[in-house]
Amino acid sequence: MSRHDAGKPEQAAREAWLGEQARKPRRRRVVLADSTKQRGKALRTIIELEEQTSVGEKLVRDLIKQQLKSAFGLAFAVLIGMCLLPITFYLFPQIGDLKILGIGIPWLVLGLAPFPILYGVGWMFRRQAERHERDFVNMVDR
Amino acid sequence: MNATIWSLSAILAVAAVTFLLGYVGSRKANTTPDFLVARRAIPATRNAAAISGEYLSAASFLGVAGLVLKDGVDALWYPIGFTAGYLALLLFVAAPLRRSGAYTLPDFAEARLGSVNVRHFSTFFVVCIGVLYLVPQLQSAGLTLTTITGLPAWFGGLIVTVIVVINVLGGGMRAITLVQAFQYWGKLFAIAAPTFVLFVVFLASPDRGTQSVSDDGVVRFPQTEKITVAEQVVKVRVDEPLTLKVHGKIDGRDADGAVFWGRGVYELSPGTTMEFTAGSPVPVVEGSPTTNHDWSRPQTGGISELLRTYSLIFATFLGTMGLPHVLVRFYTNPDGKAARRTALHVLYLLGLFYIFPTVLGVLSRLYLPQLLVNGKTDAAVLMLPETMLPNLGGQIVGAIVAAGAFAAFLSTSSGLVVSVAGVVSTDIMPGKVRDFRWATVFTGLVAIGLALLLPRSDASLTVAMSFALAASTFCPLLVLGIWWRGLTWVGAVCGLVVGGGMVITAQAVSVVSSYTGRWAPAFITQPALITVPLAFMTMIVVSKATRRRAPADVNQILLRLHAPDPLGFIRDRDIARFGTAEEKARMAEDKRRGAGRTR
Repeated sequence: MSRHDAGKPEQAAREAWLGEQARKPRRRRVVLADSTKQRGKALRTIIELEEQTSVGEKLVRDLIKQQLKSAFGLAFAVLIGMCLLPITFYLFPQIGDLKILGIGIPWLVLGLAPFPILYGVGWMFRRQAERHERDFVNMVDR
Repeated sequence: MNATIWSLSAILAVAAVTFLLGYVGSRKANTTPDFLVARRAIPATRNAAAISGEYLSAASFLGVAGLVLKDGVDALWYPIGFTAGYLALLLFVAAPLRRSGAYTLPDFAEARLGSVNVRHFSTFFVVCIGVLYLVPQLQSAGLTLTTITGLPAWFGGLIVTVIVVINVLGGGMRAITLVQAFQYWGKLFAIAAPTFVLFVVFLASPDRGTQSVSDDGVVRFPQTEKITVAEQVVKVRVDEPLTLKVHGKIDGRDADGAVFWGRGVYELSPGTTMEFTAGSPVPVVEGSPTTNHDWSRPQTGGISELLRTYSLIFATFLGTMGLPHVLVRFYTNPDGKAARRTALHVLYLLGLFYIFPTVLGVLSRLYLPQLLVNGKTDAAVLMLPETMLPNLGGQIVGAIVAAGAFAAFLSTSSGLVVSVAGVVSTDIMPGKVRDFRWATVFTGLVAIGLALLLPRSDASLTVAMSFALAASTFCPLLVLGIWWRGLTWVGAVCGLVVGGGMVITAQAVSVVSSYTGRWAPAFITQPALITVPLAFMTMIVVSKATRRRAPADVNQILLRLHAPDPLGFIRDRDIARFGTAEEKARMAEDKRRGAGRTR
């Protein structure tokens, strides 16, 4: 976003949302509540992140890449699993004749099985995503 | 008559509780953030119940069972897709979207891409999706009230609209959160309890219905049945010859008295009355399997059926994340982590619910084959209790189901009205609480008008169309916007126009075709398989071509979307536009100082 159209009202709102750092990276005085060494380092990294120094940008890029990798991996697994079912049923119609306890296997596969599986995948993603975030915070807090 | 009284009192009870909870919720609602995002303070589990309550619409409560009755095992892809959509939402959208701090979908688009143009286009599509989703809700409300009380169809839609508008006027998002959370549990009870009762009745009855499901032949009428075709032309397919009495028009010719139908397709004009004798085969509405053999086995409809299934999987898996009324609920979470937990919890709540409509659908195949003739299968869940239990018990169970269906219309419609009104009031009007109220009234009027004008089709099918629209517009915008630095506003607008334009065209064509004899091919009624990839490709290609237009602060924005919550990068956008006077003054002051210092 260029500087010269900063007069527009939506531009003002955007800048307010982005915070001062987005407008112009500039020096910032930080008042520390506790002046222990560790906390200071963490804050410095946070500022680094916000000002998008090369280190900060690298960190964020890595985090996004990690999150995207787990999201895409799980989404593809689920989507491919789902997409294989109709074609299997189409190519092998005899599956429709198989029964367990009087209920056709396709009814069980489509009516009951997907829900626990979907929840399980969601649970795995949540665990992975939160682990990535914890690692990131730990790295920043180092 | 007794049944009507039971059902009406159950519906009145739901309406009363809805009002009461809406009143309790809205007592403290007075600011714009209250109305739009409930102050972003809804805990994850309650928000998940509210999302599920809002999401389980007429399409889920009535439509899924109806489709199972008609199309059999292939219809199970609807509940799977409706649930899997939340997985996609959890994987790609939930946490970053909440961290963006936006308060509507267009607001997110503008925040991410830094252009007002993309905001306007998004607004247009939010309104389209909202209305497209709202219309079947109101129409189904009409159907429900007609089925159980015999009141005219417009009455039910009108009642739902009035209740929703009044509730939303009172407290916006604050009011409806509590209502929707309550209505999830209400609906779960209203479908689970009847399923258990009716299943026990089924097991206990000596003949297990009238015809075993494992009988592979055509469906037959259990007793003499008189059927009148409602307001639309219906095409039915006959697989086994039969004789019946007809009074009305068949294939455009007048018919009166006994006729013989051989194998083939017959067109029934509105108002035609048919009388079938017990044991005669049921003519089935064109496009659905006629024999139990095809009904109980997957993918018997050939290659076009296969493509339709894939298109449906695509539309529902990717469409949920683009539904504005679902997304707006995620903005009410306190932070990104809570948004993720909410989405996961929704997966569990939906999975719990969707087991029951399937069972009811199979049971109605045994007891209500007459619905196959005029295709009004949405009524199956409502009619099943009294057909299976023609006594007081059946009436009470029927009343519970009716109340659940009514709750479904109310909660989904409230969510849709809030999301559309939120967008209209903040993007077209100045965004004060008063504007929100006006926008609510306006949305209600437009929706009820369209519901009365447009032809009725199965709730699940119309809803699937709005999923296709969402999947071809907001899904690429969100996924690329959140994960790809290269997206530009030009690319986003082109993608929205291409994806959305194609789906809207397809919808128009299929409405025309439904009036003139259902000639549209399958990819028109279920276009997602083509439109979603095209929308993605358009966005990527155009963005690459206009690389210079990418916002300069894209790194800052992605940092905000993805940084873990404890680092404290979340900054909500509410105050920027709708804060109190003093907050605005303070911000302006900050800005002036900031500008002075850099000079």
